[in-house]
Amino acid sequence: MTVVLTLVELDEGVPAETSLEALTLARDIAGQTDSSVSAVVVSDEAAAVADELGDYGVGEVHAVEHERLDSYAPEAWAESVDQVANELDAGAVVAPGSDRGHEVLSHVAARRGVSIAANCLDVDAGEEYEVTRQRWGGTLLEEARLGGDTKFLTSAAHEVGIEPAAEPADPPVHSFSPSLDDDVFRVQVDRYEESEAEGVPLGEARVVVSGGRGVGGPDGYDQLEDLADLLGGAVGASRAAVNEGWRPHDDQIGQTGAKISPKLYIPCGISGAVQHMVGCKGAENILAINTDPEAAIIQKADYAVIADLHDVVPELNETLRETQ
Amino acid sequence: MNTLACVKRVPDTGAKIVLTDDQQGIDTSTLGFTMSPHEECALEEAVQLTEAHGGTATVLTLGSEEADEQLRTGLAMEADDAVLLETDGEEWGPVDTASAIADYVRDADADFDVLLFGNESADAGNYQVGVTVANQLGLPCVTGIKNLDVEDDTVVAKREVSGGEEVYEVELPAVVTVKEGLNEPRYPSVRSKMEAQKQEVPSVQPEHRGADTLERIRLDAPEQEDSEAEILGESADAVDDVVEVLREDLEVL
Amino acid sequence: MSSRDLPETAETVILGAGIVGNSLAYHLARYGREDMVLIDKGPLPDPGGSTGHASNFLMPVEHSKEMTHLTRRSIEQYKEFDTFTNSGGIEVARTEERVEELKRRVQSAKAWGEPGELLTPEEVEEMVPYVNTDLIKAGFHSPGAGTCDPLRAGEVMRARADAIASGEVDPDEVSEVEPDGGTAAVDQESAGGLTVSPNTEVLDLHVEGGEIQSVETDRGTVDADEVIIAAGLWSPKLAQMAGVEIPLTPAVHQMVSVGPISFFEDYEGEISFPVVRDMDTQMYERQHGNDLEVGSYQHRPILWDVEDVPSIDEAPLSPTQPPLTEDAFEQSMADALDMVPELLDDPDAGVRHEIDGLLSQTPDGGPLLGQLQDVDGLWSAAAIWIKEAPAIGEALAQQITRGWSDIDIHASDVNRFYEYGNSREFVKNRSAEGFQKIYGIVHPHEQWQTSRPLRTSPFYHRQDDLDARFFEAAGWERPQWFESNRDLLTEYNSELADLTRPNEWDSRWWSPIILAEHLHMRDNVAMVGDMGFTIFDLVGPGATEYAERMAVGRMDVDVGKSVYTPILAENGGFVSDLSVVRIGENRYRVITGGGMGGSDKAWFRDHLPEDGSVQLVDQTSSLCTLGVWGPNARDLVDSVAEEDMSHEAFPPYTAQKITIGEVDAWALRISYVGELGWEIYAPMEQGQRLWDTLWEAGQKHDVRPAGMGVYGTTARMEKGYRLFGHELELEYNPAEAGLTFHGVKDTDFVGKEAYAQALDEENAATLCTLSVDDHMSEDGERRFMLGNEPILDQDGEVIVDEEGRESYVTSAGTGASVGKHLLMAYLPPEHAEEGEQLQVEYMGEHYPVTVEVAGSRPLFDPENERIRS
Repeated sequence: MTVVLTLVELDEGVPAETSLEALTLARDIAGQTDSSVSAVVVSDEAAAVADELGDYGVGEVHAVEHERLDSYAPEAWAESVDQVANELDAGAVVAPGSDRGHEVLSHVAARRGVSIAANCLDVDAGEEYEVTRQRWGGTLLEEARLGGDTKFLTSAAHEVGIEPAAEPADPPVHSFSPSLDDDVFRVQVDRYEESEAEGVPLGEARVVVSGGRGVGGPDGYDQLEDLADLLGGAVGASRAAVNEGWRPHDDQIGQTGAKISPKLYIPCGISGAVQHMVGCKGAENILAINTDPEAAIIQKADYAVIADLHDVVPELNETLRETQ
Repeated sequence: MNTLACVKRVPDTGAKIVLTDDQQGIDTSTLGFTMSPHEECALEEAVQLTEAHGGTATVLTLGSEEADEQLRTGLAMEADDAVLLETDGEEWGPVDTASAIADYVRDADADFDVLLFGNESADAGNYQVGVTVANQLGLPCVTGIKNLDVEDDTVVAKREVSGGEEVYEVELPAVVTVKEGLNEPRYPSVRSKMEAQKQEVPSVQPEHRGADTLERIRLDAPEQEDSEAEILGESADAVDDVVEVLREDLEVL
Repeated sequence: MSSRDLPETAETVILGAGIVGNSLAYHLARYGREDMVLIDKGPLPDPGGSTGHASNFLMPVEHSKEMTHLTRRSIEQYKEFDTFTNSGGIEVARTEERVEELKRRVQSAKAWGEPGELLTPEEVEEMVPYVNTDLIKAGFHSPGAGTCDPLRAGEVMRARADAIASGEVDPDEVSEVEPDGGTAAVDQESAGGLTVSPNTEVLDLHVEGGEIQSVETDRGTVDADEVIIAAGLWSPKLAQMAGVEIPLTPAVHQMVSVGPISFFEDYEGEISFPVVRDMDTQMYERQHGNDLEVGSYQHRPILWDVEDVPSIDEAPLSPTQPPLTEDAFEQSMADALDMVPELLDDPDAGVRHEIDGLLSQTPDGGPLLGQLQDVDGLWSAAAIWIKEAPAIGEALAQQITRGWSDIDIHASDVNRFYEYGNSREFVKNRSAEGFQKIYGIVHPHEQWQTSRPLRTSPFYHRQDDLDARFFEAAGWERPQWFESNRDLLTEYNSELADLTRPNEWDSRWWSPIILAEHLHMRDNVAMVGDMGFTIFDLVGPGATEYAERMAVGRMDVDVGKSVYTPILAENGGFVSDLSVVRIGENRYRVITGGGMGGSDKAWFRDHLPEDGSVQLVDQTSSLCTLGVWGPNARDLVDSVAEEDMSHEAFPPYTAQKITIGEVDAWALRISYVGELGWEIYAPMEQGQRLWDTLWEAGQKHDVRPAGMGVYGTTARMEKGYRLFGHELELEYNPAEAGLTFHGVKDTDFVGKEAYAQALDEENAATLCTLSVDDHMSEDGERRFMLGNEPILDQDGEVIVDEEGRESYVTSAGTGASVGKHLLMAYLPPEHAEEGEQLQVEYMGEHYPVTVEVAGSRPLFDPENERIRS
């Protein structure tokens, strides 16, 4: 029985959401190819997540352990994954649609001189795979044929739903000690610098309040900051606002900025161009505040207030302060 | 220090992208072309590094002869040299593209200390070219970088992660793939634009190996899911309803 | 039916919410429309048309009077909306030829009552310190110029339109209305007012029985009494939905924005320096905050097909802002660097914005205004620049609601191309040619070169054999003079000695042969034609009543009688002047000049009785016209006509059927050149035979062909005949024009009340014929005015009548028989005295002139003995 090997990243000791998405996609592939799903985890905490991985249909967990792998090293990870894949004779390697997922899988593919299919939504798996993947940051889809002995692909973040397996497995954890040259550690995280910015990071915020051209200038964001504080959320911005210099690029949500997945997204004075929407597709709910009832953002929203944000937001902040 | 910025010519699209009838590409009949936003920052960084440390900045692209336009943009943004790896206009996959760039770098007169790429191209989004070039040249590679410094022979590169940044220190020469936000790309001056038009741009015919294993079948525009938004009001009077939705329906209070 | 649906009915639907549509809505509300719908395919406030990317400066002084007045009126409106900044503007000259052109600018400024002065390079530098004065020889300063915010103006106009139309405020108090951002919610139960519906696509225009019925959109169908197409470069697409044509094409105007420029940082606001037009490179440079906008018209014409213009969703910036075509802009960059090097070489400044801005280009560069002649109730308001849009909105609103406008917009009538110039090929050719004339030095008589010959008479090849120099009018090829007549120059050498023009500009598009042809005709006989008339018959039982209602002159005349008559608007201003011949009991033939023939026909068609008792039958393309005039005309025609052509058998101002050789023709004894003779009309296909017959018979009289130079200018001016569009226009009435010979007839006619009143009152101005006393310039060269020059009093002040109208030369031409260069001009009573000494300004110098005739008396043959001989 062939194996669909899946790279699982841990985020504070639990499988990252994008990894669960990758597992969901991997299980789909495995189902089509009569394969089993194995996970490769580069962490000494792998055993602790085996049960959860089992819920997602993982049959075996390969825990990569190496004395120098105390911090992330892309090539070392790639070399390890490559070795595990080789040993298992994996039919496919699936990685999450994250920075590390793309990076590691690119390194593995480079070692083998083949292509990866990045940001896949759907796979029709046979001898060759027909994949549906994102292009243009999700603005377009591509159907493509993926060849090679081993297929390399990543799942599109916030696109592939996370679904537990119908029948949970109880995977054994195999420890794997890769053989790693010094060379693969020439790039390794040296240190971690905490963000100086206060508050919740955009990518993790439960509520994101963001402003576009309609905010009118940098000062207009004060009220959005207040609202975000009241809701325990973070502030974002459209590309238009960032280009105007009203907000730093780090706040940008969209095709070339952050992809967010909050429980609630509150775009204020944002028209909702596709390039913006691909950044907030992960939001569970959208409450739009906009003067233009015809704006695209209204068509995408669950709730809307058709009014000037400069009227609504201060009033809303006031009311929220009173109720708290 | 010599830097190389690799850029890709892509259509400058609007909110809605129109496909050609055969769904093999984008209808560009009314569109202009640009370089991917990440690569614009790569180019800017390549120029800023040589401005700070001396040396030359080269802008490179692989594409049809029309891609000359993006090279001239690069020159107008103060790159010193430009080179076109000229193809017949077919879209090359990331492996073949990377091999051609690696071939060029190996043969080039200049020794490049920093090779800059966009983290992923705006159109294809393969993430592979920078990493593969590094692999073929045996160079270290950091990706997804939004903060970059060069100190002596070391690149200090930072990548955003949850709640902060992870910091890499890598010896030169190295490959760095960057994201928009790394810097603010300059607007070319009128004079530099003019001079860029006059500069000689050599073109090289790269070998097309055909190693890529991902083959396009067709492009598609995804379904736009329109929802019927519940209109809570048309003035600040809607605030009470908003609070109720926040509390009862969304439970975010 | 969702809440997004439009009202089911409206008085007026305006298609397009750019500056033009908004202006129309506002002014139509002022003039009484109460229930209007304004639709745009794009969002507000910037729907994505040309309004959104214009450089927004207004330079009022042009060589066209109406355009200058429209721009001035627009500036007043932008000021009223608090959306105007008075920066002034300077046109600079790099060449001597341009310095002359700038002098002509001053001349036009004075003629149209707009301030303007010539500056030395040093004076330019004082006002615009960043201009490279080494390059320039002079500047023309227009202190009234400035910049506007058309999007904001649009918001104000929409809010005001709604407030007035819904009856919330009195039009006089509308300045209190605050714009609300402009998207009045769509209200299906609309009780009037202005319904604004952005993001609404027009799917079809429904026409029945030649009348507009409704506008079908993706938000429902609105039944409407009138529909106005104000959709900029998309206008042709909408017109085609109604089966009619609006001839324009999208054309590129390249523009870049460079900044931030540190020099500007010390100055507050949008613009602190005059806009600079670098005329010789066809470019402009203008401050916009900390940026400098550099625009160019020097690049090759880049025309678009409207079908290729992307939708607002597909366009990265906007549909009308495609990416800059870099190679076309290279020379412009170099020229801009030469002109404003200090700004553009600012180390911090970069090209922040660069576009191929799309604008609407028409075959002659003018706007396309008015009701489309094949669909009642469907109007065009297209190809309008920001600088004239508010005033054109006002003028059209006046025309729509009351039939005439304060500023005459006749020259911009959408129907002027109707007969010949609607094809895509023609529009492209002329637009490309015209694009290159923007900022160019365009001689008043300059001829178009492309799409020619297009309309040729049956005489064309014969005339071509005679080495005719063809000028074009309304597509017709008309000989201006004949090189084959060059021998006449020797014959008339002494008469012409003082009348030839040594200066190149004065003699461009001109030949002394015109004067020789003139003299030959007066001495002998000449053949003139085809004049390119527009000819249509009014047929039916109601013809007489209808004709009476249209014309000042009495129409119930004997069959065969011709009447020359003004056609007036309700205000007593001129719509046209033309000849009407009663050719049957219930049949009239209208003969009018070709240039405005399309508008005249539209005017008549629009006034046809609704009961169908009169039909309009177009004969323009059926009949050719050949004039035979001169003392020997009767001998010549008589020799080949079957009929008796004697004075008794064929009196003046009558028409008869005659046969010339084999050709069955119809002749009218009339003359615009003041000679004995006939206009002979024949079927087009027999025209050449007609020509040949008369030509052959004419050899013994030494018949010569004479061109339109004689017909349209030299001979007519000696006779004091008025020309529509020059002497005759909406701003002057028949009394002032001296066309009161009809008196006031009993029957009703359009404009009667105003006309009768004008006859009673003393004229504020009288049309006079003047002659130039001394042609000698300071350089010792004899100069000849070409028209549109200001008339000055002895102190050098421009003469202005009590209604604020400047006196200027309406026509200029050389009266070969009277031996003088003649000018026509309206003068106020204190100057309209024969023998009065005045001055005319020409190219920066003043020349003495004398009033020869006050009124319409001919200078040559005042008793019309020749015509009656």
